[in-house]
Amino acid sequence: MAEPRLQVLREDGMLSPRPAGGLPESQLLRLYEAMALTRALDERCMLLQRQGRFGFYLPSSGEEALQIGSAAAFEPGDWIFPSYRVPGIFLWRGVPLDEMVCNLFGNSGDLARGRQMPVHYSFRRFNLVSISSPIGTQIIQAVGAGMAARIRKDRTVVGTYFGEGGTSSNDFHTGMNFAAVFRAPVVFLCNNNGYAISCPYERQTASETIAVKAKAYGMPGVRVDGNDVLAVYEATQQAVDRARAGEGPTLIEAVTFRMGPHSSSDDPKRYVPKETFEAWKDRDPIDRFRRCLMQERVLDAARDQAIHELAKTQVADAIKRVESLPPPPLASLFEDVYHDMPAHLLEQLRALQEEEKAKGKFTDTSVAFPL
Amino acid sequence: MATMTILQAVNDTLRHEMRHDRNVVVLGEDVGKNGGVFRATEGLFDEFGGDRVMDTPLTESGIVGAAIGMALYGLRPVAEIQFQDFIFPAFDQIVNEMAKFRYRSGGQYPCPLVVRAPYGGGIRGGHYHSQSGEAYFAHTPGLKVVIPSTPADAKGLLAASIRDEDPVIFLEPKRIYRSVKGEVPEGEHLVPLGKARLAREGRHVTVYAYGAMIPVALEAADQAAAKGIEVEVLDLRTLVPLDKPAVLESVKKTGRAVVLYEAPRTCGYGAEISAIIAEEAIEYLEAPIVRVAGFDTPFPYTLEHVYMPDAHRVLTAIEKVKNF
Repeated sequence: MAEPRLQVLREDGMLSPRPAGGLPESQLLRLYEAMALTRALDERCMLLQRQGRFGFYLPSSGEEALQIGSAAAFEPGDWIFPSYRVPGIFLWRGVPLDEMVCNLFGNSGDLARGRQMPVHYSFRRFNLVSISSPIGTQIIQAVGAGMAARIRKDRTVVGTYFGEGGTSSNDFHTGMNFAAVFRAPVVFLCNNNGYAISCPYERQTASETIAVKAKAYGMPGVRVDGNDVLAVYEATQQAVDRARAGEGPTLIEAVTFRMGPHSSSDDPKRYVPKETFEAWKDRDPIDRFRRCLMQERVLDAARDQAIHELAKTQVADAIKRVESLPPPPLASLFEDVYHDMPAHLLEQLRALQEEEKAKGKFTDTSVAFPL
Repeated sequence: MATMTILQAVNDTLRHEMRHDRNVVVLGEDVGKNGGVFRATEGLFDEFGGDRVMDTPLTESGIVGAAIGMALYGLRPVAEIQFQDFIFPAFDQIVNEMAKFRYRSGGQYPCPLVVRAPYGGGIRGGHYHSQSGEAYFAHTPGLKVVIPSTPADAKGLLAASIRDEDPVIFLEPKRIYRSVKGEVPEGEHLVPLGKARLAREGRHVTVYAYGAMIPVALEAADQAAAKGIEVEVLDLRTLVPLDKPAVLESVKKTGRAVVLYEAPRTCGYGAEISAIIAEEAIEYLEAPIVRVAGFDTPFPYTLEHVYMPDAHRVLTAIEKVKNF
């Protein structure tokens, strides 16, 4: 028997919210669970940062629909050039929690070997390209990858994420321009979450919307409710289909709100009006999707609670498993600078090893990160 | 063997490497139909088509940024920046991204590509067509920096750079693009990165140089020979990773070092050579290490011939260290 799908007409004859492409119940639950897990990871990590367990964290609370809805529209073979505020995409693709948390601790279990600050994830086997701090640099790189896929005649589509702040960057302009000129199979996803650290939308651009900018570059622009996971899914799916069919790039502006601070060092109360925050609280994407799923009897209170409890437990367990791992070894400092370690780095490694013998231990004298 | 100019060697290499490996692609401004403003990519568009020889919009950060994406995906891009002076919009992509992809991803994302650009003065190009910016890139861990001075090396080093697993900044001495001719092996020819070349052997003084300064160093060496001073000229070829053993071996033999570079003196790449020699070969030195470099000014137009180190200026330095 076929999986029950959401009805179009409820039993009382009223129209039901229409699911994107008639998603089966299992997929809807999967979306919801992923949103719950994204939030659970966020909340726990902010706590850990406050406890001094790691130096920095960048939450994505309030943007779960945007992350999960869009991630679900790509195939595993598609490449994603993420920003630093979309961990949900990683979780959707199946990156193990342990590996995410190791990266936050920067310990010896970190695939990126403790080289960068937390949240600068990198997972090649999931086609998730390594994240850097400079804003927008990933955008043009995504286009290059898309151009390469096209040259190779692969079916790969490339997605890239950035905030509305990122649209002011040089590489947004360059990337959008290249993508349209070369008809690259790229989906540009703009998290318009209202603020770039403290800079509100109105001071970031005088343009009425981000989506309208697409027209200037010669590609379609779509503005979608970023807190509606099904709308985000549908919009992204259409853009992905277009790209895969060789019809070129699309810009999607997902309108949402950054419910948390820019980072663990930021205090949004200094610049976000209270009323704005309260208004967006009522639009919480997880609450909203829950109401829909409850209405459609895909979810009940007990199941819902179980989902959130499980998410919290999974996060807690991952942390327990990896929190005591040691830092990466000293020699790792000099590896991966180049494919082969050149002589001058080997000399520097030897000198450091001598220094370690003399000192016994290196003292951590770093100060807290201020941003 | 064929007699070629450096420019012809570059063109020959690109053609050979593109035939050898389907992943090698070329991108940049005017590289396609026009064959490049210096004709470095002449004929490639006709042979390999627009998918592999791409004319880009006018944006250096786009050229390099897109090349990075291509390299991550598995191609081997050779990005052309029309003049090294115009590379700066791409500096963020080069320093913060290209140079750090392998390191920051724990080796998951190697980024093998070549950014090639004509550099240096001597063509009446003024501020914006004459810069020697190799020091900016040599100072960035994760990059390799390569500068040939002969047609054979232009071919061998460019081929090696294209096949290298790491990102390479390949600077071509445009002043001698067409004036220096040399024998170039046909077919496959690779010169390993990280190895200097002894351009001239001598007992009394070592002149360290690269790129367009090699002919200047050799001319000065000829003039010195007439005065009984035997000058050894070491062509560094790869600035990063440097062939330090060759650098030290020469000065341990001669005891006298002149470091020659046309870039501005302060913090120029030659300062690094000086520091290495002072740190690791001081007991062999018979004289201070003398640098001959460009002035700490923007590169002039009318007075270009006054700015550029010439054989006379180099000979003066040679004599200074010889007679110390």
